[in-house]
Amino acid sequence: MKVSAIITLKKDVLDPQGKVIHQALDGMGFENITEVRQGKYFEIDVNENDPSKAKAVVEDMCKKLLANLVIENFKIIETQ
Amino acid sequence: MEVNEQIAIDHGLKSDEYKKICQLLKRTPNITELGIFSAMWNEHCSYKSSRLHLKKLPTKGKKVIQGPGENAGVIDIEDGDAIVFKIESHNHPSFIEPYQGAATGVGGIMRDVFTMGARPIANLNSIHFGSPQHKKTKNLLRGVVHGIGGYGNCMGVPTIAGQTSFDSSYNGNILVNAMTLGLVKKNKIFYSKAAGLNKPVIYVGSKTGRDGIHGASMASASFDEKIEEKKPTVQVGDPFTEKLLLEACLELMAGDSIIAIQDMGAAGLTSSSIEMASKGNLGIEIDLNKVPCRETKMTPYEIMLSESQERMLIVLENGKEEIAKKIFDKWNLDFAVIGKTTNSKNIELFFNQEQVAKIPVNILVENSPMYDRKWKKSKLPKKNKIKNEVLNKFKIKDVLKKILSNQNICSKEWIWQQYDHTVMGDTIQKPGGDSGVVRVHGTNKAVAASVDSSAVYCWAHPLTGGKQVVAESWRNLISVGAKPIAITNCLNFGSPEKEDNMGEFVECVQGIGEASKYLNFPVVSGNVSFYNQTKEVGIKPTPSIGGVGLIKDYKKMISMDLKEVDNLVLIIGKTEGHIDQSLFARTILDEKNGPPPEVNLFNEKNNGESILNLIDKGYVKSAHDISLGGLLVAISKMCIKGNKGIKISKPKSLINEIEYFFAEDQGRYLIEINKEDLKEVTKILDKNSVHHEEFGIISKNDMIINEKTKLTIDELKSYYTNWLTKYMS
Amino acid sequence: MKSSVITFPGSNCDRDMDVALKKFGFKNKMVWHDDNELPKSDLVVLPGGFSYGDYLRCGSMASKSRIMQSVINFAKSGGLVMGICNGFQILVETGLVPGVLLRNKYLEFICKNVFVKLDNKENAYFKNLNKDILEFHIAHNEGNYFCSKDQLKEIEDNNQIAIYYCNKEGKIEDQYNPNGSIKNIAGIFNKEKNVLGMMPHPERMIDQSLSGEDGSIFFNNLINNIK
Repeated sequence: MKVSAIITLKKDVLDPQGKVIHQALDGMGFENITEVRQGKYFEIDVNENDPSKAKAVVEDMCKKLLANLVIENFKIIETQ
Repeated sequence: MEVNEQIAIDHGLKSDEYKKICQLLKRTPNITELGIFSAMWNEHCSYKSSRLHLKKLPTKGKKVIQGPGENAGVIDIEDGDAIVFKIESHNHPSFIEPYQGAATGVGGIMRDVFTMGARPIANLNSIHFGSPQHKKTKNLLRGVVHGIGGYGNCMGVPTIAGQTSFDSSYNGNILVNAMTLGLVKKNKIFYSKAAGLNKPVIYVGSKTGRDGIHGASMASASFDEKIEEKKPTVQVGDPFTEKLLLEACLELMAGDSIIAIQDMGAAGLTSSSIEMASKGNLGIEIDLNKVPCRETKMTPYEIMLSESQERMLIVLENGKEEIAKKIFDKWNLDFAVIGKTTNSKNIELFFNQEQVAKIPVNILVENSPMYDRKWKKSKLPKKNKIKNEVLNKFKIKDVLKKILSNQNICSKEWIWQQYDHTVMGDTIQKPGGDSGVVRVHGTNKAVAASVDSSAVYCWAHPLTGGKQVVAESWRNLISVGAKPIAITNCLNFGSPEKEDNMGEFVECVQGIGEASKYLNFPVVSGNVSFYNQTKEVGIKPTPSIGGVGLIKDYKKMISMDLKEVDNLVLIIGKTEGHIDQSLFARTILDEKNGPPPEVNLFNEKNNGESILNLIDKGYVKSAHDISLGGLLVAISKMCIKGNKGIKISKPKSLINEIEYFFAEDQGRYLIEINKEDLKEVTKILDKNSVHHEEFGIISKNDMIINEKTKLTIDELKSYYTNWLTKYMS
Repeated sequence: MKSSVITFPGSNCDRDMDVALKKFGFKNKMVWHDDNELPKSDLVVLPGGFSYGDYLRCGSMASKSRIMQSVINFAKSGGLVMGICNGFQILVETGLVPGVLLRNKYLEFICKNVFVKLDNKENAYFKNLNKDILEFHIAHNEGNYFCSKDQLKEIEDNNQIAIYYCNKEGKIEDQYNPNGSIKNIAGIFNKEKNVLGMMPHPERMIDQSLSGEDGSIFFNNLINNIK
């Protein structure tokens, strides 16, 4: 089954990309923005039918490789 | 929150230090004040364990405009030009988050340089990793290289040279030392000394977040239960903002608005404001509500201790605020007047109209602790007696193959190809040579720089090792035809609280001091990184030396690639056959004991100066210093780079073949000259009592040793170039 | 001959380009991204660097800068516009040249000399050039040119491929492709051939002491063609 993971920088970690995209959007006239944060999105097809097991595998991946827990958080979403 | 001794200890202060604070203040500090003390009095800012010994380093010279104590050192390169340079460590953060750790290290050192008004013109780095077999090494290496490249490339500053080593002593503590050179006009150098009363103090650059509020401040847990979310200890670098900050600062510096400027590096706003006040013998008043913050509800404590990157503090001339603001607005950077200079000689902080801290500046700086730590002297190890029978077992070809492909010798092209080394259009010697060389834009001059360290020698005998690193830096500059001017040092050691490690530090510094004094190669900047230690095991002592030299006419620059068939290659300096601590002994014989090669400073100076003389007269076609790996490794690199072969014959009267080819005796170079010049060159060398001998004749294709061993250039290349690429793929 | 180099926030080869253009006789002006009007120019150059940090997508935010509207108008009226490296990425984002530039195949920044082969000399950039193979320098992380099959066919039908990565002898093979570009493409024209985008930096090859001198050949020829 497919499991998705969203990796974002932790709340207080500077997000240079988000900041500059915010400025650029502002410059283009999108003035109603308070903050832009950029992250990574993964779709992982796991050979596993049990959703909780599949999610656990992806969680492990996040902890070990996909995210650096020093600066990033992750969220796991079951897609299919 | 009530401050007590335990909280002070949790901030990394010692019990005595806390008592001293209370005594000096004549009261108990509040939490913000305690944070300020802990930041100013920690090892990183106060140099409390090292100061006593660093004082002994030679820091003055005819060419020195600014020695240690400013953001970076400054040297005179004539015609009104000066070079600003410094090396700094970012070891601990790089181990936790290699990309960001290395990136912010590079960003920090560039900021130190442009704070002084200089445009960065070259970056270098010295990076050290654990054993290649260690499970973390590969990822750390990749992350660090990407981080260095990510930041330096984006800034548009070429990375022109570096050094990479692998040793199991770095398994738990990698080293990332970054060095930057900047170019400035002598009369436009900016310093951090504040002057004048009621001058506006302005804050520019990025906003302040909770980045890198130091580990010890975990003690302030009661600020918020969600401490994990709140305390990232690794800063994230933003090279784009730094590029804007660079351009904006240089634009402002072109005018006459700035009195003093200081970048916010370690301990951020705390150390920058205190440093400026202290140097100017003034007080400073800051309204923390005016500091641009990225997060909501930041406390005075957090604002003062944040290590958010890409920020600067400036003391302006009165009435120049609008001019400055306009420039920072243009570059889309934060700008805020946050305070003023005062005559109170105190640092006074206000938050929500209340005074939240008031500390006499001199207490923080002059009264900061200084320790004479206990240290143990190292004995010079006994020489190993290696029998000729043992050495004769080895075939030269096999040994050379192994050594050329050793991780500490082999080509590091996989690394430096990821660094933009040609941007700015002045790089005339790329990485992979003895030194990187960049032209001084628009002139005939060029500046050479190299970064070196020899942890193995320092570990075997710190005093000798310390001298050796300086000598090697000197040789690397000479080899490209540059006159060495000054050095910067990054002293990476274990815990100063352990006698062995402290001894290594003291004696390495002594060695560095002796060599730099003798060679008239003063130390103008640097930093100390202690506690590179995992549990009880410290790293091998690793002082990194960044050397800078001047080439007056860049067309006279020398490179190591062999130039012409039938030219002669000479060895300058005597080959005694010192095998202990050589790469041969350590990797082929597996012999880890014994003394490092002796460093004879008279010979170093004499040989180096004589080579510069030969270069100046136009006799030298290519040159390379003989260091790690010995003679055959040195000539192999010259062959590979020049795509030429060589016929070598070992003088019969001398020592054993293996010793001759793989010894690491110091003070030696290989130089290529034209046959016709031999007589004249010999005359000059003899006159100066420089030991020299003929080594070989350049040929078209193969390396032929004593008429019996033959290696093609392609073979040499494949040994030399493949290891790292294979390892990383 | 007049040229303009646009400086975006984060451009870092703008000075190098200025030096190169002046060396070969252009009267060059630096133009700020936030300006409205281009000065009168015979050539407009979008330089290399990391405009807006290359955050989001390389070149994307720069392509929306104020000055770009006049650059686009200038290009559409037949003016010569050259984008180098990040400038190429900006051109792609504006749609002035087709395709996109992806991350390098081996996921690493590459800084080295490469050889490129010219495919089309019927344009102001390469006309009269007496060499077919040039040694240029690349320094990029996102130079992996990509476009759809239909687009590729159109590009080929219109002779829009400007340069290919090749070896010293001009062989265009996979092993000489540094970044995974489709068909070894290193540079592309618009249909009318007045807009050129390329990854290599000719401005870093204008001096014997630097990486080489084929950039000098390119710029000398270019100014003569414009005269």
